[in-house]
Amino acid sequence: MVHRYLPMTEQDRKDMLATIGVESVDELFSDIPESVRFQGLYNIREAKSESALLKELKQLAAKNEDTDSNVSFLGAGIYNHYKPVIVDHVISRSEFYTAYTPYQPEISQGELQAIFEFQTMIAELTGMDLANSSMYDGGTSLAEAGMLAAGHTRRKKLLVSEAIHPEYRDVVATYAYGQSIEIVLVPTNNGVTDIEQLKELIDDNTAGVMVQYPNFFGQVEDLQTLGDITHEAKGLFIVSANPLALGILTPPGKLGADITVGDAQVFGIPESFGGPYCGYFATTTKLMRKVPGRLVGETVDQEGRRGYVLTLQAREQHIRREKATSNICSNQALLALAASVAMTALGKKGVQEMAKQNIVKTRYAKNAFEAAGFTVPFQGAHFNEIVVKTNKAVSDINKQLIEDGIIGGFDLGRTYPELENHVLLAVTELRTKEEIDALVEKMGAYNA
Amino acid sequence: MHNENQSLIFELSKEGRVGYSLPELDVQDFDLTELLPEGFVREEAAELPEVAELDIMRHYTALSRRNHGVDSGFYPLGSCTMKYNPKINENVARLSGFANIHPLQDEATVQGAMELLYELQTSLVEITGMDEVTLQPAAGAHGEWTALMMIRAFHEANGEGHRNKVIVPDSAHGTNPASATVAGFETITVKSNEDGLVDLDDLRRVVGEDTAALMLTNPNTLGLFEENILEMAEIIHGVGGKVYYDGANLNAVMSKARPGDMGFDCVHLNLHKTFTGPHGGGGPGSGPVGVKADLIPFLPKPVLVKKEDGSFHFDYDRPQTIGRVKPYYGNFGINVRAYTYIRTMGPDGLKAVTEYAVLNANYMMRRLESYFDLPYNRHCKHEFVLSGRRQKKLGVRTLDIAKRLLDFGYHPPTIYFPLNVEEGMMIEPTETESKETLDAFCDAMIQIAKETEENPSIVQEAPHTTVISRLDETRAARTPILRYTKIEG
Repeated sequence: MVHRYLPMTEQDRKDMLATIGVESVDELFSDIPESVRFQGLYNIREAKSESALLKELKQLAAKNEDTDSNVSFLGAGIYNHYKPVIVDHVISRSEFYTAYTPYQPEISQGELQAIFEFQTMIAELTGMDLANSSMYDGGTSLAEAGMLAAGHTRRKKLLVSEAIHPEYRDVVATYAYGQSIEIVLVPTNNGVTDIEQLKELIDDNTAGVMVQYPNFFGQVEDLQTLGDITHEAKGLFIVSANPLALGILTPPGKLGADITVGDAQVFGIPESFGGPYCGYFATTTKLMRKVPGRLVGETVDQEGRRGYVLTLQAREQHIRREKATSNICSNQALLALAASVAMTALGKKGVQEMAKQNIVKTRYAKNAFEAAGFTVPFQGAHFNEIVVKTNKAVSDINKQLIEDGIIGGFDLGRTYPELENHVLLAVTELRTKEEIDALVEKMGAYNA
Repeated sequence: MHNENQSLIFELSKEGRVGYSLPELDVQDFDLTELLPEGFVREEAAELPEVAELDIMRHYTALSRRNHGVDSGFYPLGSCTMKYNPKINENVARLSGFANIHPLQDEATVQGAMELLYELQTSLVEITGMDEVTLQPAAGAHGEWTALMMIRAFHEANGEGHRNKVIVPDSAHGTNPASATVAGFETITVKSNEDGLVDLDDLRRVVGEDTAALMLTNPNTLGLFEENILEMAEIIHGVGGKVYYDGANLNAVMSKARPGDMGFDCVHLNLHKTFTGPHGGGGPGSGPVGVKADLIPFLPKPVLVKKEDGSFHFDYDRPQTIGRVKPYYGNFGINVRAYTYIRTMGPDGLKAVTEYAVLNANYMMRRLESYFDLPYNRHCKHEFVLSGRRQKKLGVRTLDIAKRLLDFGYHPPTIYFPLNVEEGMMIEPTETESKETLDAFCDAMIQIAKETEENPSIVQEAPHTTVISRLDETRAARTPILRYTKIEG
């Protein structure tokens, strides 16, 4: 068969078979028992030429309403942010994207150094001592933090705030089931974790307390108080944080967090219908040897030149095997590179300015909704999301909004029955005053 | 030119430079103290670099030149299937209708994306011979754990929650026992026999009423097909266990044998390996799981279904599901690439892929067998394992051979794996390499074998041509420096 990805010629094939000493390629498969040998060809669609396939897939892509040609107010963990154009140029360099895990440091210094820089930037933003090289996403990273807490404290209960992303909570519950860890939900009060309830629920079997910062409703939690309560019970305080918000908000590391996790999708990574994103995992020096996943460390070569290697690998699955506390192997290295480039482009000033624009524009939207007669139930400090109460079903309003080229917010009734007819709206730095005004006006019309 | 340290981006930083262009603020500005309570506003800024756009591009271009990818040169890293990463995949994944859609949009607005996922699912059902596939796991190890959680739920639903042992061959990928542990199982190791295959007597010895599953890679990590597979499945099924297929090596058997026909109950695939991912420097991956009918009720939620009216829907009404394994629906961008690849190759193409992958590995094995030890001398599948025992006696370790290969511009094979081969070198050429490339690599290996006999120091002291020489890994682990810290003054 002649194909552009298969360079062997008929002559090559003959010569190679002669070297091997067989008559046909089929002989090389003679060890597959006759009874299980697959006959013929897969019943899948026929191959298409490059141009024909591209045309077909473009048409398929065009069936979707994207956040480029529509105006999106949908967040709930994944956001439509400014993506510096340079990000895609860097991650399109095939020396990065066609490499694998940097097992051979002499020819992988580029990747290793880029990860070292990523680890540094995440540690800076979160205020933690150190960060790993990435996790699959924010949800699985939170679950791994819970598993670490249970292993470290030898306790079997996790307290999980109901103001954490519902899908993240679901993932934590699945991992916890595997490790026979009990999950207890901590209710909310006025859109933030209920401190009195936490005090009631925490006990000496509590491995850790998990909260989100800002939380799922966009509200900024009082980490100091929550952390103090956790530490009084000798549990680990685990914070799932939006790293962009940390451009402005006091970092969890300064407020008692033992582990800070989250998703760096906010830094240059497209929404991409759920992935790939970039989970991060940051913690204290005390817990360094229990961190899941890969860590890059600085060292020197034989001539004393600075270089980087994968380090502390005694924790990892390929050495610890059945003693490993995490099984993560492949992670999200290319997305960590993307996030690094975006964090570098934004830099010290840009990350502050971008975070501030999110807060300010969201405040503008909040005021506009209230002025239009909408109720905004949670009045605490917010980042870039607010909850707005509607009279009509959110799904119906959203169906009308998409006709106007607006992707509406997240229908909270889907996961919080008590919040039926409440919508979670995200306002990022990309939303203009005009777009916000249009949203308020249209929602006012569809809500009447 | 390589004697100086490569600068870190932080060392290029200069106060006042910017590399961004944010929109103008077009609404009323506020002072942060009006919007956030005291103590909520960060006092010290995060020390991110301050650099201009060209600085950034030059920095990362310099780093890329210190990195070897498949596009840079041959990368026969065993078990990782480092094949060519087609460029059309990258274009398709970046189409706005795929890259810029939010996972929580109304289903009616993302039918194109759901159709693609459904088509991919359907293709993988055919390729694996399973009854249903979930695309949610983010990578191979995540898929292993997902499948084991389903096996656990299956046994519990049948009142057999006591089944707590997972059997893993001594040649297995390290993730297998780790995944079993994370899923709450104990691991039992089964030995390999002198042919490099699972020892059936030992398997019979270790199974019992506490057996939950056997995890098996086929072909195994020695690149050998487990020809007793039907008997093994019978042994496990006979005691009520499930048989799990680690699909890391699927490149060796496409259109030749399907896990579903070989008696396996579930399988995970590594779309970043067999289906051209790409590997991204260590991720992202995608690790779909295929299952037979009796495991379908336990699939992670949501399950993507096609409704009678032809539309696509995420079904959350799955009472026996193991729950969510990942937010949203998996690494969609990688699944788009894998689908593009399958459509590029078609049925004839995928068959040819496997045939050339196996032909190439056997050819290299025969060209190298007289220069290195070949512990298992029979037809291999997509990869083979050499031993450096002979060279070790001359004072040259497999690590040295790997480092010497760097001087020839190659990425070395996987070394010291599988664990049951002394000084192992696991070589996987893949089907996308030309005969000229395979020959040139073999010539380099043969030259290194000769150097080992005539001038071992050139091998022992390698590499000689890389931007950096061997690194002090002990020092890195003993006094870990995991982040940059600015030196004041």
